[in-house]
Amino acid sequence: MLQKLFTFHGGVKPDSRKDASTCRPIRPLAMPAELVVPLHQSIGGTPRPLVRVGDRVLKGERIGAAEGPVSAAVHAPTSGTVKAVEERTMPHPSGLPASCVVIETDGEDRWIEREPVPWKSMKGDELRDFLRDAGIVGLGGATFPSHIKLRPATAPTHTLVLNGAECEPFITCDDMLMRERADEIVRGAGIMARMLAVERVLIGIEDNKPEAIAAMRAAVDGDIQVVAIPTLYPAGGEKQLLRVLTGVEVAAGRRPLDFGLQCFNVGTAYRVARAIDHAEPLISRIVTVAGNVEEPGNFEVLVGTPIDELLKAGRPRADTDRVLMGGPMMGFALPTTAAPVVKATNCVLAGSPSLLPPPPPEMACIRCGTCADHCPADLQPFELYWFGRSHNFGKAQEYHLFDCIECGCCSYVCPSHIPLVDYFRFTKSEIWARERERAAADIARERFEARNDRQEREKREKAERLAAKADATRKKLAETGAGDGAPPSPAEEAKKALIAAALERAKQQKSSVKARNTENLPADKQAEIDEIEARRARSERRTVEPPEPS
Amino acid sequence: MSHSPYLRESRTVQQIMLHVLLALLPGIAAYVWQFGPGILIQLLLASVTALAAEAVMLKLRGKPLGLYLRDLSAIVTAWLIALSLPPIGPWWMIVLATLCAIVVAKHLYGGLGQNPFNPAMVAFCVMIVAFPALMSQWPAAGLDPPQQIDLILGGERPLDAITAATPLDALRTGLRTGGEDARVAEITQGPAFGLIGGSGWEWVVAGFAAGGLYLLWRRIIGWQLPAAFLVTMALTALLLWGMHPARFASPLLHLASGGTVLAAFFIITDPVSGSTTPRGKLVFAGGAAFIAYMIRSFGNYPDGIAFAVLLMNICVPLIDMYTQPPVFGHKRGSS
Repeated sequence: MLQKLFTFHGGVKPDSRKDASTCRPIRPLAMPAELVVPLHQSIGGTPRPLVRVGDRVLKGERIGAAEGPVSAAVHAPTSGTVKAVEERTMPHPSGLPASCVVIETDGEDRWIEREPVPWKSMKGDELRDFLRDAGIVGLGGATFPSHIKLRPATAPTHTLVLNGAECEPFITCDDMLMRERADEIVRGAGIMARMLAVERVLIGIEDNKPEAIAAMRAAVDGDIQVVAIPTLYPAGGEKQLLRVLTGVEVAAGRRPLDFGLQCFNVGTAYRVARAIDHAEPLISRIVTVAGNVEEPGNFEVLVGTPIDELLKAGRPRADTDRVLMGGPMMGFALPTTAAPVVKATNCVLAGSPSLLPPPPPEMACIRCGTCADHCPADLQPFELYWFGRSHNFGKAQEYHLFDCIECGCCSYVCPSHIPLVDYFRFTKSEIWARERERAAADIARERFEARNDRQEREKREKAERLAAKADATRKKLAETGAGDGAPPSPAEEAKKALIAAALERAKQQKSSVKARNTENLPADKQAEIDEIEARRARSERRTVEPPEPS
Repeated sequence: MSHSPYLRESRTVQQIMLHVLLALLPGIAAYVWQFGPGILIQLLLASVTALAAEAVMLKLRGKPLGLYLRDLSAIVTAWLIALSLPPIGPWWMIVLATLCAIVVAKHLYGGLGQNPFNPAMVAFCVMIVAFPALMSQWPAAGLDPPQQIDLILGGERPLDAITAATPLDALRTGLRTGGEDARVAEITQGPAFGLIGGSGWEWVVAGFAAGGLYLLWRRIIGWQLPAAFLVTMALTALLLWGMHPARFASPLLHLASGGTVLAAFFIITDPVSGSTTPRGKLVFAGGAAFIAYMIRSFGNYPDGIAFAVLLMNICVPLIDMYTQPPVFGHKRGSS
């Protein structure tokens, strides 16, 4: 059956340069001496560490438990000893550190005890919790916890899409995975299809990967269909792929699920199959090493492996001047290659001045509109650029800045070499910063107003109370004055005694409650406290004594 | 440190401009063949003036000289001015026009990418308002090269002997002097007219059309601007010609004479001062063609393209604002 295909606007066709890394099969990597496993490896909450320094861990043992509604667990990628739980530099453009579990490997690679998962008899929530605890996240780059995407929506989901487009130049990890492990990808697709109760599964692969398409076609049967799509960057963008395969344009701010669609990377499907069939949590992934290296290829890499060691396996050339994580279109230069491989690492790309030449000098925008011709989000990048430059942030939002997916097509084609995406990132972060500032100012204003209201109210209530009390006293005095010389009744005497006793009790209770952190204070603090105490005692005396009748 | 994307397509502003210059060559060749080498001198004068003015202005504005001088945008402007002005105009006229374009219309508005008006058309308008007589002196076919050079260098201008009316001029004059009895069909039998357009000019127009197709083929320009311009010009002409063929020239004559083809492929396609959205381009080009036709047929100038382009330049921000294409995820039926 021929699948009718649709198109998205724009796109570019950079030289794919994938051949170099697909001529060798996926290779294992030598066991590193130390693994640095970041706790935060998915969108959402940072898992809480389950191990302490000195603990022995086994391969596949959970070392971080999912925290919050959106989160996924992390696991020890091999057996060894926890050397530290500390902050290490992340593979992120910021170069900021984050909490990691550092494991000294013991070389035994001993698995934790595993049992097959009776997934067919498990309830939906049970199975989803299992996937969450197996640390399954989207391997296409966004690392969104997969179990959340596998919760059926209120409207039925009819189509499951597997993303095997892999449109970025150089990257071939999905390509090689599909060539070598097609059966398990299909198996994972079947499991996810059943969880979502979909009618059909479409696997979209760019037509520059004939071997992968053939391998996948040989592996599928039934309602699963492998579709070759035209090679056009960014066909692997989720919304672009859904558009190409189904014709549905997922509206801004909505999820594919709202349209009866769901989309996963082929690598994610593979990990789902591994988790269900082998109780194997997400502890390794395929990573492409490419670019300025002697031996480009794909490696099965344990999460937490220092990127250095992975890069060494590809034998980088001497003139390598930087290392990117991800592809040349959307990847970023690593602040340090000491950072670990994480679940999101699909490619480590060695760059050189000739391979990734420095951008030519930026010139003035001539409004040629080439960027708009190639924008897959149908934006007018040059307009956004003008608005961003002139800090006209309202206009930038009006022209849908936040629909920009930062694919880089505009910068790629700009004849004036304007780093348009950089401008958009800047404009977005400026707008976010302003929103945060405004939100903070709003909260401060609300608190200030609430405080004012409260003070007003308290003042009013106090005045009312005092007035009422004075009234009562006056009435009482008038009464006692009227019954001149009459002794207080025994009932009244008893009541007074009761009140006195209660007051005494309260006083004792108050003095028995002591403030904390009041020992070993410096002299000036002690003096301050004494003074406050004295003031409090004075004021207490005043309030305990009944007010003088006016 | 630079950020993604780390790859770039190799096309540059300079290459785009170079393609435009290349595309002008067939038209220029036909020009020289039909009307002699005067145009080459004008092109040279305009180019030198443009580069000098560009250099001085860049220096004054503190911009990197080498980077922007090499972008060839000033040369494109210069050539378009030279091709719009009479080839036997005195040297100072082309120099003045070029200065007008580069200094005033381009750099005083902020340089490359910032000018709201098409610089070449600004220059043309200033010249036709300031020197209407000189601007109407076009060479007759077969004028000697030495005589042409003499005229450009400021020699005596024994006009009737050497100049000829352009077809649009001849048409206008014919209709005006002939009064009610004048017939387009009779006028176009005159020496100024060739097979479909102006005598000799037909070849130049054909050359520009060939260059325009080259630009389309190389995707330097999109189809919207030239198509909308030519179609609107043809349809407007067809309408009036159909109603009153004796008083209005045929669509073919309008397409093949004056600056119609040059404007369609080379002038309204200036990205800086034109509309940028796909629908906006149709409006912009259609509007320019319509106004140009009206000025040609009812106004006081032989050709109205320059004024039409400037008038439409003013409308560009408005056109662009109302013709923004729908953004992915915001289209009808997707919400």
